[in-house]
Amino acid sequence: MAEKGIGAAVPRKEDHRFVTGHGRYTDDINLPNQTHAVFVRSPHAHARITRIDKESALAVPGVIAVFTGADAQADGLGSLICGWMVRSRDGSDMKAAPHPVLAVDRVRYVGDPVAVVIAETLQQARDGAEALEVEYEELPAVTSVDRAHDGPLVHDDVPNNLIYDWELGDAAAVDAAFAKAARVVTQEHVQNRLVPNALEPRAAIGSYDAGSEEFTLYLTSQNPHVHRLVMSAFVAVAPEHKLRVVAPDVGGGFGSKIFIYNEECVVTWASRKIGGRPVKWREERSEAFLCDCHGRDHVTKAELALDAEGNFLALRVTTKANLGAYMSTFSSAVPTYLYATLLAGQYRTPAIYANVRAYYTNTTPVDAYRGAGRPEASFLLETLIDKAAREMGIDRAEIRRRNFIPKDAFPYQTPVALTYDTGDYEATLDRALELADYKGFPARKAEAERRGKLRGIGISCYIEACGIAPSQVAISLGAGVGLWESARIRCTHTGKVQVLTGAHSHGQGHETTFSQLVAEKLGVPYEDVEVIHGDTASTPIGMGTYGSRSLAVGGEAIMRACDKIIAKGAKIAAHLLEASEADIEFEAGVFRVKGTDKQKTIQEVIFTAYVPASYPEGVEPGMDESAFFDPPNFTYPAGTYVCEVEVDPETGTVSIETFVAVDDFGRVINPMVVEGQVHGGLAQGIGQALLEGAVYDDSGQLLTGSYMDYCMPRADDLPSFEVHTSPGTPTATNSMGVKGCGEAGAIGAPAAVINALTDAIGQRVEMPATPERVWRAIRTSSMPQAAE
Amino acid sequence: MYNFAYHRPRTLAEATQLLAANEDAKLLAGGQTFIPTLKQRLAQPSDLVDLSAIAELRGIREEGGGLTIGATTPHAEVAASEVVRRVVPALADLAETIGDTQVRNLGTLGGSISNNDPAADYPAGLVGLGATVRTSKREIAAEDFFTGMFETALAEDEIVTAVHFPKPEKAAYAKFPNPASRYAIVGVFVARTAGGVRVAVTGAGPCVFRARELENALSADFAPEAVEGVSVSADGLNEDIHASAEYRAHLIKVMAKRAVAAAG
Ligand SMILES: Cc1cc2nc3c(=O)[nH]c(=O)nc-3n(C[C@H](O)[C@H](O)[C@H](O)COP(=O)(O)OP(=O)(O)OC[C@H]3O[C@@H](n4cnc5c(N)ncnc54)[C@H](O)[C@@H]3O)c2cc1C
Repeated sequence: MAEKGIGAAVPRKEDHRFVTGHGRYTDDINLPNQTHAVFVRSPHAHARITRIDKESALAVPGVIAVFTGADAQADGLGSLICGWMVRSRDGSDMKAAPHPVLAVDRVRYVGDPVAVVIAETLQQARDGAEALEVEYEELPAVTSVDRAHDGPLVHDDVPNNLIYDWELGDAAAVDAAFAKAARVVTQEHVQNRLVPNALEPRAAIGSYDAGSEEFTLYLTSQNPHVHRLVMSAFVAVAPEHKLRVVAPDVGGGFGSKIFIYNEECVVTWASRKIGGRPVKWREERSEAFLCDCHGRDHVTKAELALDAEGNFLALRVTTKANLGAYMSTFSSAVPTYLYATLLAGQYRTPAIYANVRAYYTNTTPVDAYRGAGRPEASFLLETLIDKAAREMGIDRAEIRRRNFIPKDAFPYQTPVALTYDTGDYEATLDRALELADYKGFPARKAEAERRGKLRGIGISCYIEACGIAPSQVAISLGAGVGLWESARIRCTHTGKVQVLTGAHSHGQGHETTFSQLVAEKLGVPYEDVEVIHGDTASTPIGMGTYGSRSLAVGGEAIMRACDKIIAKGAKIAAHLLEASEADIEFEAGVFRVKGTDKQKTIQEVIFTAYVPASYPEGVEPGMDESAFFDPPNFTYPAGTYVCEVEVDPETGTVSIETFVAVDDFGRVINPMVVEGQVHGGLAQGIGQALLEGAVYDDSGQLLTGSYMDYCMPRADDLPSFEVHTSPGTPTATNSMGVKGCGEAGAIGAPAAVINALTDAIGQRVEMPATPERVWRAIRTSSMPQAAE
Repeated sequence: MYNFAYHRPRTLAEATQLLAANEDAKLLAGGQTFIPTLKQRLAQPSDLVDLSAIAELRGIREEGGGLTIGATTPHAEVAASEVVRRVVPALADLAETIGDTQVRNLGTLGGSISNNDPAADYPAGLVGLGATVRTSKREIAAEDFFTGMFETALAEDEIVTAVHFPKPEKAAYAKFPNPASRYAIVGVFVARTAGGVRVAVTGAGPCVFRARELENALSADFAPEAVEGVSVSADGLNEDIHASAEYRAHLIKVMAKRAVAAAG
């Protein structure tokens, strides 16, 4: 291993600029002659717009323009789209209702943008927005997915608010298995709705150049090329080749910055409308609560059939998913292909059937949020298995062990479409139990009891599908785009290496990890590698970063572009060394004639490619190679999390005492970066379990619209995590053997926490397990109580 | 924010005069409540009178066996004060539970009590200790100062200058924080004073109040067990997404018990 190569915990390159305040985020950018936009948003969850008086805002000093949905429509702007077609079990297409960039006639959630006010200064834009007179006629609203079916219609032509009624799996086989089961365990639960809360709120600056007829959009995006594609092909803001999207430093996304939102389309379009002055918008934190897509929000019934020994025979799942007022970019795929396909978990359950119904409601649109579908699946399975173990009197580790897919069964075909690559689930479980001292738990419980505390331990064995996605598989399942990734390796005269990637870093540390990969692969100093991302004008077309895909898909594209560099270098080296190309070997940055000491460094070869004094015939000058990688399969990271909690029975307060994570991410490039990713994911998973939950009242007002009421996890809510990444089983899906680590924590943690809590108090509590919920559960629980 | 004229007087007299001269003038202390209010355009003062440069409003001193704390003294200073630790340690403990480090470094005693957030901690400390609020015009007993939700006895042009706390025999504060805001869902300040036992509750109702049933029980026996037999009614208590009235009533007892135990 090179000092800064694969496997080294190299400190992150990007951190110096972040911690010294030199990061450059969209809001740090100010263009000459720029104007400011403020969006006027619906205060109602559901209403008809009866009148908009633009003059009221235009009269305000400094206001330049006011645009409404009618203006956008008149100008031919199209609808925002959901890019993944999901079909109902009757074969019909999902009911994707129009999603105008500014509301036309109707508003459908609190925060739905109705108009944009553009002014010389931000203050004046605010004054204008405040002055704009909009009249509404309120309509009845529906917010909960449980009431959606019979609730008021969010879109008039979508009966029962039902977007699709989708199924996966073999219903008949499942019915048959249930019929002969010794035991059936049933659970109904809620997947709480979450607000993503990236540190940096969304922002956009749209700018039109009347001379070149080009648009530039600076944007908080996880995937600038996907933004460009949707904004040109569907919303028709600008032709694709005339639109440049730049995502500079981006302060976190967690999914919420994948999607194509109203505001970026409007500011880009508006810049042209006002004659080419740039239009800047940055959301307030309270707008972020209302308008950034939320996550999760399911209501589920799950049934597990078992034989008398606790072997799983079949799983049946019925889920209602709340997609909010409009279908966001990838919303349809989350509760279907990213969810039900993971219901086998780490187990060899032979028959699985899932039915998912997705509904419109008068709430903020719901889309992918860290984990996206997989946390929902993992939580379902892992809490249900715990329930089965409790009801059957089987140890919770033992029931899992009995049902694991054995390590020699890979590649393993599940009954829900996926083929797992590699894994050794028993090994991760064993290691986690050992690190958590599972055997010693009863003594710790007894000791806690003497202090008046209820102590519980919980296990969660999660799996996820990462590295999305094999394009043909995704497209056959409804994806509107391929999900390959791209890379370009551009070497310079002096032997420096620029890596242009279609992936995008918004906290993941790509500049470091990708540099390590290239440094090791090409044998150049780590410091000589520069990673460039986030600008459609300079990077190759790429699909961006989400679904833990950057390394497994984007990294492999980089490796393949490097292979091309090496192959071309070998030709040049052979010529310089007067050897046959077949005799050239490449190792650690040196081309050598096999079995001799005749050699050329890669820097010498690169220099020759640009200054070809003596050069092989038929070889192009230059050292600049591109590659696209379309993965043959997903990767399947998996692991075991063990959480131990203590509950104060008098108040219901839950404190996490220990948390052990053992993850199989395959090969690890930078263990420190990976550990950081796991920490963040665990924090969000624990947040979901204990603290976070978006709450709407019946009229559709978001009651948790600020940090006063929406509880983000803080350092003192969390224990010191114990995070381990071995033993790993490298995947064969890419040449590096890497699986992906970005979402694991958020996927595996909620069930570990809730299972520990259930173990402590004898009853499962819905997430977030707030002190009052826990206190109430303790009062109704049959378990003996330590105190009171 | 809307535009306003900003003033930073050096003396109390100057501040009082600015307040009187401008009808829509407002005071600014630590700004922890007021700045967000301004940013959200929920207030539109003509003038902002910043109290932070008035030396006479800040500081902690012993007075008549008790403590006097200036209105602009930040929470962090109270929490870290050796004088407070010695004379009324429960008050330093209370200040320590407020918000987070940044809030404690900027938020002030005067700002907190003038704002009288129903979930703020200081009101419980003032009422529990039987403190006296000193203003630019008069002295007001703590119980008369807090008149309702976000309401106080202060007149428009009146400035809190300091609070005087008598020294209790024993006292302690127990707080059950809202996990999100870290304000009190329920905070109970218990004190045994020369004038009897006082139990002040914040967070649970629209305004800080004295829990007479608990005071009676603890007057008879100042011990955690004495709380057990008391029934605390949920009537009129706050109810929100974080806690029902019933849960708050329960927490009042639990926190009272813990405060008594901590008071020793
Ligand atoms: C994130 C956060 C968490 C918090 N958590 C807690 C908590 O756990 N517990 C708690 O008790 N508090 C909490 N607070 C409140 C904080 O501690 C401050 O006490 C409070 O915000 C007001 O104090 P201030 O000095 O900032 O006053 P300002 O915000 O400057 O003023 C508040 C109001 O009081 C008026 N005012 C200020 N000083 C005077 C004076 N001397 N005379 C008359 N009127 C005056 C102002 O005009 C204004 O109307 C929290 C605040 C934040 C932002």
